[in-house]
Amino acid sequence: MSAVLDHHDHAHDGHDDHGHAMTGWRRWVYATNHKDIGTLYLLFAFTMLMVGGVLALMIRLELFQPGLQFFHPEFFNQLTTMHGLIMVFGAIMPAFVGFANWMIPLQIGASDMAFARMNNFSFWLMIPAALMLVTSFFMPGGAPAAGWTLYAPLTLQMGPTMDSGIFAMHILGASSIMGSINIIVTILNMRAPGMTLMKMPMFAWTWLITAYLLIAVMPVLAGAITMTLTDRHFGTSFFNPAAGGDPVMYQHIFWFFGHPEVYIMILPAFGIISQVVPAFARKKLFGYASMVYATSSIAILSFIVWAHHMFTTGMPVTGQLFFMYATMLIAVPTAVKIFNWIATMWRGSMTFETPMLFAVGFIFVFTMGGFTGLILAMAPIDIQLQDTYYVVAHFHYVLVAGSLFAMFSGVYYWLPKWTGVMYNETRGKIHFWVSLIAFNVTFFPMHFLGLAGMPRRYADYPMQFADFNAVASVGAFFFGFAQVYFFLFVVLPTMRGKGEKAPQKPWEGAEGLEWEVPSPAPFHTFENPPKLNADATRVIG
Amino acid sequence: MMKRISNPLAAGLLGALATLGTGVAQATENLPGGPAVMQMNLTPAVTKIAEEQHFLHAMMMAICLVIFVAVFAVMFYSIWKHRKSVGHKPATFSESVTVEVLWTAAPFIIVIFMALPATKVLVAQKDTTNSDLTVKVTGYQWKWGYDYLKGEGEGLSYISTLDTDQRNLSNEGAKGAIPVDYLFRVDNPLVVPVGKKVRIITTANDVIHSWSVPAFGVKQDAIPGFVRDTWFKAEKTGTFYGQCSELCGKEHAYMPITVKVLSAEDYSTWVQAELKKAAAKADDPSKVWTYDEIVKRGEKVYATNCVACHQQNGKGGGAVKPLDGAAVVLAEDHAKQIQVLLNGQNNGAMPSWKALSDTDIAAVVTYTKNNWSNKTGQLVQPAEVLAQRSK
Repeated sequence: MSAVLDHHDHAHDGHDDHGHAMTGWRRWVYATNHKDIGTLYLLFAFTMLMVGGVLALMIRLELFQPGLQFFHPEFFNQLTTMHGLIMVFGAIMPAFVGFANWMIPLQIGASDMAFARMNNFSFWLMIPAALMLVTSFFMPGGAPAAGWTLYAPLTLQMGPTMDSGIFAMHILGASSIMGSINIIVTILNMRAPGMTLMKMPMFAWTWLITAYLLIAVMPVLAGAITMTLTDRHFGTSFFNPAAGGDPVMYQHIFWFFGHPEVYIMILPAFGIISQVVPAFARKKLFGYASMVYATSSIAILSFIVWAHHMFTTGMPVTGQLFFMYATMLIAVPTAVKIFNWIATMWRGSMTFETPMLFAVGFIFVFTMGGFTGLILAMAPIDIQLQDTYYVVAHFHYVLVAGSLFAMFSGVYYWLPKWTGVMYNETRGKIHFWVSLIAFNVTFFPMHFLGLAGMPRRYADYPMQFADFNAVASVGAFFFGFAQVYFFLFVVLPTMRGKGEKAPQKPWEGAEGLEWEVPSPAPFHTFENPPKLNADATRVIG
Repeated sequence: MMKRISNPLAAGLLGALATLGTGVAQATENLPGGPAVMQMNLTPAVTKIAEEQHFLHAMMMAICLVIFVAVFAVMFYSIWKHRKSVGHKPATFSESVTVEVLWTAAPFIIVIFMALPATKVLVAQKDTTNSDLTVKVTGYQWKWGYDYLKGEGEGLSYISTLDTDQRNLSNEGAKGAIPVDYLFRVDNPLVVPVGKKVRIITTANDVIHSWSVPAFGVKQDAIPGFVRDTWFKAEKTGTFYGQCSELCGKEHAYMPITVKVLSAEDYSTWVQAELKKAAAKADDPSKVWTYDEIVKRGEKVYATNCVACHQQNGKGGGAVKPLDGAAVVLAEDHAKQIQVLLNGQNNGAMPSWKALSDTDIAAVVTYTKNNWSNKTGQLVQPAEVLAQRSK
C-alpha cells in the first residue's frame, strides 16, 4: 500500500505529470486521464438517461388513457424511436464504458488506459452525435419515427433527420469501437505482473468479452444503416422492394448486430454483480472459472440466435427450429450464472448496504426477464407475443432491472472510491426500494397487456387495455422521479465532497486492487507496476 | 367522471390521481373475440393451433414458476439465515465441480423437454397445405386488402378500413360514450367459413405490416415484394379481432383486423350476395359522367382513402403535401396528377392507388380539382385514367 501512496505523492510533485497542469474546462476537454474520462462518460450517460427518460414519460403520458390527448401518432412514433436509440446508444452503452474507464485500470493494476488520447477522442465524438440525435426533434419533419430498429422500407419514407440519425449512429459506433480497442489492449497488455487472465476480476473479464462483441458487430450495424442511406439517396436498392430489394435482409443484418448488442448491454452488468455479491457476502465468488466460461458461451451463442426476433417474418420451419433451439440454449449459461451468485451468497456473512440491495434486486428481477425470454424463445408462443407489450416488458426487465440496476449497484459500490466520501445510506435505500417497486408497477402489467394482444408502438389502444396502461403510467412517473432523487440527493452531494469521509476500503468483504489505493483514488495510480500477492488481489510491495 | 376500475391496485394508484379524472373515458366491457377488460392471459382460443399455444404457454409458466420458487427460496433462505447481523460466519468454499456439472446439465435437460412439444406445434403451425380457401391479404398504409384467390368466394376483392367515426373519436381523446369495439370496427371484415382450413397469403404494398388475430394464434408479417403464408381453421362462428403488429407509420394503431366466421350456409349466402354486389358495382370505364355525379363520388373516395393524410381541408401536414392550391392539382394537363395517383410519389410516402378503379381515380381527381380553393371546373373522365394506366 505504501508503494502506491508514494507514487501518488510523486504525482503531486508534478515532475512527470501532464494532467495536473490543466484546470477548469481544459481539464475535461483535453482529458487523457482514465478517471476523468470515466467521470465524463458517466455524467454523459446519466444526462442521456434523463433525456431518454423524459421521452419515455411522454410516451406513458399519452398512453395513460385511451384516445389521443397530447401527441399526434406521428410524434408518438418519434418518441418511441428516439427513446430506444437514446437509451441504448446514449445511456446504457456509454455508462458501461464509463465504468470500464474508471475501474479496469484500477482493477488490473495499470497506470491508465492504453490509448489515452484515443480515449479522449472516443468520448468527445459522442457529444456531436448525441446533439444530432436529440435536436432532430426540432428539425424539419421531426425526429426519425421508424422505431429504434430502423426497419426498411419504412426508413425510406422518413424525412431528412433519418440521415442525421444514421450519421449520429455511425459516429457513436466509431466511438464504441475505439473504446473497445482501448479496453482490449489495456486488459491484454497492461495487467500488473502476476495478474494472470484467470485471476482477473470478473468485471474486467466481462468487459474484455463485451469489447470483442462490440468490435464484431458495430461494423455490421454501420453496414446496415449505410445501405439504408444509399437506398435513400444514391439509387441503390438493397432493401427497397419497389426496386427488387429485400427488406427481410435488413432485419437479418440488423439483428446480427442487434442480438449480440443485447449481451453487450448485459455482460458488464454480470461483471458488476459478480464483484458486489462476494464483497457483501464476505465470501469468494463461487465458481469463478465457470463464470468466465459461461460469459464466453453467452457471447458465442449470441451470434447464432438473431432470427428469434423474426419468427413472424415467415422463415421456413427448419430456420425457425434452429433459432428456437439455439435461443433456448442461452438459458443454460445464464442459469449457471444465477446459481453461482446464489451459491456465493450461501453460507456467507451478508450485509445489505445499497450496492448489495441493488445486486439482489438485479438477480431477482433479471431472472424474471430471463424466464419471459425463455417463453418468447418458443417460436409457437412467440407468434402470440411478437411485437406486443410482452416483448416490451421482457426487454425492460433485462435492460432496466438488469443493466440499469447493476449500474446502480456499481455506482454505490465504487462511489466512495471515486469521490472519497460515503453516500447517504438511507437515501440509497430509499432510491432502491422506490426504484424496485415503481419498476415492477410499470412493467409487470405490460406482461398482461402483451398476453391480451396489445401491440407495441401504438399511440392509442382499445378500451379493454386501459386499466393496465394507467397503472404502468403511474409507475413510470414514480420510477422517473426516483432517478432524479438519486442524482440530486445521492450523487451530487458526494461529488461535492459532502458526507462521511470514505476509508480506503469501505466494504469489509471487498477484494481487488481498486481497494489498495486511497479514497478518493488519486489522479495517478499504479504508475509503476505493483507487486501482487498470489491471488492478485493485494499489493504487497 | 372516474373510470370504473375492477382492480384494487389500479384503483388505489389511480385514486391518488383522481384529480386527473376530468375527461377520463367511460366504463367498458369485454369484447368477445377480442380483448377482455384487465385480461391477464392469452385470448381464448378458437383454433387447434391457438389451443396448443395456450398449452405450451401454461406449461412454460408452470415450469418457470417451479424453478423460480425453488431458486429464490434458496436465495431468500440464505438472505435470512446467512446474515452478518445474525452472527453467521462466512464459509470458505468457492468451487465444486460436481455441483457445477449438475447445475449445467439440469437446465440443459429441462430446456430439451421444453423444446420437444414446441417443435410439434411449430411444424403443425407452418403446414399450409391442403387449404379449402385461400385469401391474399395485402397491407396498405393504413388498411387491409382481401382478395379471395381460391375456394368458395373466388374473385371477391375488397378493402377493409377502420371505421372513420372511431378514428375521429381517437383524435378527440376518446371522450364520451366509447363503443366496446373501439379501434376494432372496420367497414368490410374478412369473412370466412367455420371449420374450413383457410390459407392466408400475406404481402404488402408499401412498408411491412403484420396480420394478426390472437384468437386464431396467427401472426404473419406482410412484407412488400414478398409473399408469405399462414393458416387457421376456426372451430367456432363469431367475430374475432386483431391489430396490425409491425410498425408501419403514423396510422399504425388504426388498421385493425376483423374476421367474421360464418356457418357454411351463411357463408355461401354472403358470397352470393357479394358476388352480385360486385357485378353491379363494376363501373364501365367508358361511361361519361356528369360533373355533379362524379364530384359526389369523388368526395366519398376522398373520405375513405385520402383524408387520413391530406386532411379534410386538403392542406396535408408534415411530410404530406397539400392538395389545396397545389400546382399539380390545378394543372390543365390531367396526366401528371393521374400518374401520381397510379404510381405514388416520394418513395411511397404517397402510395400507389392503382388498386382503385378508373372511375374512383377519375372521381377523386375531379373532386380535388374542384374543392377547397381549387375551383378549376375541370372534369376528369374514367377513360382518361384508363389511358394513363398503360403509360
